[in-house]
Amino acid sequence: MAEIRIEGVEKTFGSFTALHSIDLTIRDREFMVLLGASGCGKTTLLRIVAGLETAGKGEVWIGDRRVDHLPPRARGIAMVFQNYAVFPHLTVYENIAFGLRMKKLPQAEVDRRVRSKAELMHIEMLLKRYSGELSGGQRQRVAVARALAMEPEVILMDEPLSNLDALLRLEMRAELKHVLAESRTTTIYVTHDQVEAMSLADRIAVMNAGRIVQADDPVQVYRNPAARFVGSFIGNPPMNFLPASRTEGGWRVAGQTVPGPASGKDRIDFAIRPEDLILADGGLPATVRVVEPLGPHTLITAEVDGAPFRAVLDSDLRVAPGDRITLAPNPDRIRWFDPETQDALT
Amino acid sequence: MTGATTAAAMPDVRRSGRWVFRAGIALLCAWVLVPIWLLMVNALSAPAEVAGFPKRLWPSFDLGSLTFFFRFRGVAEALWNSVQVAAVTMVLAIGLGAPAGYALSRFDFPGKEAFRFLVIMTRAFPLPLLALPLAVMFIRTGLDDTIVGLALVHATLALPFAVLITYSLFSGIPVELEEAAWTLGCSRPKAFVKVVLPLALPGIAASAVFAFVISWNEVFAAAVLTIQNRTLTAFLLQSLDVSPLHLKFAGGAALVIPALVFIFAVRKYLFAMWGIANR
Ligand SMILES: Nc1ncnc2c1ncn2[C@@H]1O[C@H](COP(=O)(O)OP(=O)(O)OP(=O)(O)O)[C@@H](O)[C@H]1O
Ligand SMILES: [Mg+2]
Repeated sequence: MAEIRIEGVEKTFGSFTALHSIDLTIRDREFMVLLGASGCGKTTLLRIVAGLETAGKGEVWIGDRRVDHLPPRARGIAMVFQNYAVFPHLTVYENIAFGLRMKKLPQAEVDRRVRSKAELMHIEMLLKRYSGELSGGQRQRVAVARALAMEPEVILMDEPLSNLDALLRLEMRAELKHVLAESRTTTIYVTHDQVEAMSLADRIAVMNAGRIVQADDPVQVYRNPAARFVGSFIGNPPMNFLPASRTEGGWRVAGQTVPGPASGKDRIDFAIRPEDLILADGGLPATVRVVEPLGPHTLITAEVDGAPFRAVLDSDLRVAPGDRITLAPNPDRIRWFDPETQDALT
Repeated sequence: MTGATTAAAMPDVRRSGRWVFRAGIALLCAWVLVPIWLLMVNALSAPAEVAGFPKRLWPSFDLGSLTFFFRFRGVAEALWNSVQVAAVTMVLAIGLGAPAGYALSRFDFPGKEAFRFLVIMTRAFPLPLLALPLAVMFIRTGLDDTIVGLALVHATLALPFAVLITYSLFSGIPVELEEAAWTLGCSRPKAFVKVVLPLALPGIAASAVFAFVISWNEVFAAAVLTIQNRTLTAFLLQSLDVSPLHLKFAGGAALVIPALVFIFAVRKYLFAMWGIANR
């Protein structure tokens, strides 16, 4: 059992608060992705779990042990660093064996584990090489093999794929998913790449400015953003937002009346994903500005109510810049947000 | 038209520029090499040839001067004293300097900048100014005319360099390597021994050699603080007016050659200290 519980963790650097009271539970064997823009505190949170950084406040539990006062070596974790941290003075073999030798495992067991993890990561032919003789992708594999060889309760990864080229990243992503699912280890994986997050995660914790805004499975996070930030951060192109004002029988959005939540407010925000719009009568009136054919569909940037508004339409539809069209939102997919708290309204 | 003249003039300008460049290089090389050449030629010539002029380009490889030098009364003891003082200096400078360099590169502590400044400031005090009070203090504590006493002074001269070289050395070793070792089961000291030390060792050896050379070449403190246990530099200085020319040259060579060889061997790390990119 290696559930990770983060309770009320806070971190300040001088007068700057990097983490505001973080609460997060990662279930046993779950693949949790921490996703957020650069500088939002993902690495800081991961390092606090690893024991490489000390929290100002709060508790970290792994399984039924409180670990926040323990050094990294006593926490039952293994970590994969962004720049791999493969020891340059040791061979690949000795790199993978490093932690096992620290545990004083018998040589036969060390050898067995090194070879099985090397095979798993397809680096068995590199065991005699030094890190200077490896490509970035190979170093990445060594770093993962070294972490897996520890057979830890928890694996922590900080943007492990961000230094690889796009193609290799795709390949390694699928491989990591497979390998980690096999190893059934609880994983925290940090990334700022939403596609990576969506494709790997059992659950995604979206972070913004030192806070966790939403922690849910990828489809939930995509379809039902808990806050406006999540909608605008996840999805490419991002969610569209329009101001809505209370009117007879619903909310007035760009001159149209749309049924919506019963809120005490007079003004709320209407939101819709670009792919949930179709070209149909009675929709939101829009003026087309830019048309970008992408093959399977066409991305349109239009102007609705004076604000930029994107729609992903079927590529058979012929639209040109300057056209006046009406875009009808799929009523099931419309979301509403409170303009002050930025939270979702239901 | 003007375009054509400039185009024609360009190679001329560039050619003369290249000559200035070459002349500059030649001058700088001569500046360094001529004294060394003189020293070598004279040290490796027969005593009779030393006073002669013009010099030969190649020395006669007569070992007369050197043999005379090494047989000279007191030289062997002075040489041995020099080695001892330099060795103790080396141990002190690295033993104190490397931990300070590590702390500077890895930890944030209040007064870090001030500390770094002070390390360099120690070089701002001219030794002659300190020599007299030091001598008095050493006599009171019984440290005068001892190997350890002189090594202490030399260590203070060598320490700033030891701190700066090891600081840049440790800074060049990514923290992530240490952190990775911690997550793989190492305590802090163990990670240092298993990961940092193997990577830093050549550089630490280099800064040890540099400390050795600083002590080896130091004259002033050695001359003031020792009487019976003279180091080679102090010995040569003391016998300057009584010793024959070929003895001086042989002594000079005996001092300069080891220093040159050592510095050449560790040049990469010394360049790193001054922030010169090198390969
Ligand atoms: N040692 C430090 N001293 C001062 N501020 C720090 C320190 N480490 C991190 N910070 C600040 O804390 C905030 C969070 O940093 P963190 O490294 O966790 O971001 P991140 O989400 O991992 O970003 P990225 O995606 O760029 O890696 C940043 O604003 C950063 O400037
Ligand atoms: Mg980061």
